[in-house]
Amino acid sequence: MTAKTPKSAAARRQFLFDSAKMVCGVGMLGLGLGLYAKQSRALPALDLRPPGALPEEEFLGACIRCGLCVRDCPYNTLELAKPETPVATGTPFFNARNIPCEMCEDIPCVKACPTKALDHGLTDINKAKMGIAVLIDHETCLNFLGLRCDVCYRVCPVIDKAITLDMVPNARTGRHAMFLPTVHSEHCTGCGKCEKSCVLEEAAIRVLPPKLAKGELGKHYRVGWEEQKKAGHSLIDESKMIDLPDRLPEGAVLPGHYDPASGHTESMRGMAGSEAGVIPSQPPGLGGKP
Amino acid sequence: MNRIAARKRIGAEAVEEKGWLPAHKWLILRRISQFGILALFMLGPLAGIWIVKGNLNYSYTLNFLPLTDPYVALQSLMTGHVPETLGLVGIAVVLVFYLLVGGRVYCSWVCPVNVVTDAAGWLRDRLGIKGGSSLSRNTRYWILAMTLLGSALTGVVLWELINPVSMLHRGLIFGLGAAWTVVVAVFLFDLFVMTRGWCGRLCPVGAFYSLLGRWSPLRVSAPRRAACNDCMDCFEVCPEPQVIRPALKGGDKGVGPVILAANCTNCGRCIDVCSKDVFSYDLRFNNQVSAAPLAKAQLESK
Repeated sequence: MTAKTPKSAAARRQFLFDSAKMVCGVGMLGLGLGLYAKQSRALPALDLRPPGALPEEEFLGACIRCGLCVRDCPYNTLELAKPETPVATGTPFFNARNIPCEMCEDIPCVKACPTKALDHGLTDINKAKMGIAVLIDHETCLNFLGLRCDVCYRVCPVIDKAITLDMVPNARTGRHAMFLPTVHSEHCTGCGKCEKSCVLEEAAIRVLPPKLAKGELGKHYRVGWEEQKKAGHSLIDESKMIDLPDRLPEGAVLPGHYDPASGHTESMRGMAGSEAGVIPSQPPGLGGKP
Repeated sequence: MNRIAARKRIGAEAVEEKGWLPAHKWLILRRISQFGILALFMLGPLAGIWIVKGNLNYSYTLNFLPLTDPYVALQSLMTGHVPETLGLVGIAVVLVFYLLVGGRVYCSWVCPVNVVTDAAGWLRDRLGIKGGSSLSRNTRYWILAMTLLGSALTGVVLWELINPVSMLHRGLIFGLGAAWTVVVAVFLFDLFVMTRGWCGRLCPVGAFYSLLGRWSPLRVSAPRRAACNDCMDCFEVCPEPQVIRPALKGGDKGVGPVILAANCTNCGRCIDVCSKDVFSYDLRFNNQVSAAPLAKAQLESK
């Protein structure tokens, strides 16, 4: 320990004050930057990351903003965010409605990445999860209007797996089928070709981040029919099932109703959506009164 | 206008004695280096000639040479992410290069913002703007520490959110967008608010590279400092004038002629503007105090 001279005490004071000044000043700048960093994580729903991208929170730490993925994309799909873009500055993204991902089999963008921001473990582009397509507007989708547009289904690189056309009766005409484009999230890569090719002014099908696109069942949920399949038999003793009497208006019958007293099931014919009866007797608005 | 014309221009003496070209030699070479590197990057997107891909954060030359900015990589590392092999090789190459030639060679020979701040410094001198605010030249090290700590805390490569260096360089190659506003802000800040404010006081990229080049062999030296006529041109043209004094004026105190301060950018402007050719590039080991009597006095005192 050296003796404290007034000079060294003053110097120490000065040092402490200078350090405090710097810590506070730069700390304020850091606080601002930190809050900005937090905002920068909010990737707009329609801006997608390249295939293999880490989850957004990790991506912003791993990506060094070099743009090599942009350069090696043969379709100019990717671009780097400019300061005014609502995506973290300098990071790669694409908007499927502009240019979708063409799902190159060799995935050059991932290979070009010098960091693990794009996971080099992704070698099968069909396993990519850039997002999940959602048929977001049932009111304007032409197939929901009863037409056979089918474009999103036709262009899907994972056709018949990621998007299927599910047939349901057209209740409006009563005699036609609607072919509803249905996305199966486990196969959808989020390439966005469906969104790009949707013929509407504004796409009715859009690729969203999985977090926005998917619901999640509670962990404790068990789906009865799957448990039944697993077990190979019903999980309950069906002979002991009690069917309580339905309260119906006098004389009315409920199609499909199982009456334990008689052991009968009422006919399902004519029920909308049922598989038992498919030919409506008199389609409303067609054949009968106008 | 008369007032401006009447003022003595920095380096006027050197131009008179050595001629214009020798008095601007290193400046010209430096601009060739800066614009040449930028041109290599821009040849791809503009002319389809792909020599270099990427930008200053990471680039891949001729599908062979990876170069990674170690400061960006360090921030990424602070968030807990390690680069892939090529990224790591790139870091090693860049580290070795700047350890040898001096970290802040990046600032004066590569960085595109240097052109902007040099322009601001030049205009400031031409317009005779004096004074303005001042900040400690150590501020940049505090900002450097803050960006590293902040990266660890936020999980985001923090300085890249606003880094004018990468915004300008990336902008020129990939599309500028609104990045020009940041560049103009840096220019105006240096011009009106603070002399050598950005590169000399705030920029954590330069601060990082100064630490990297702390022990670099290549240095600017003042071997003929005895010839100095105190014209002060080197101090006025130097972006980090505090680094010159010990080497140039330290002969009496037994300090060698090599500029050892890490913040010397090895730009060589002092070599250009000195009419007496006091300065030259040298190795840090050639740092003997040449004044013989002084050296003897030192020996005796030991």
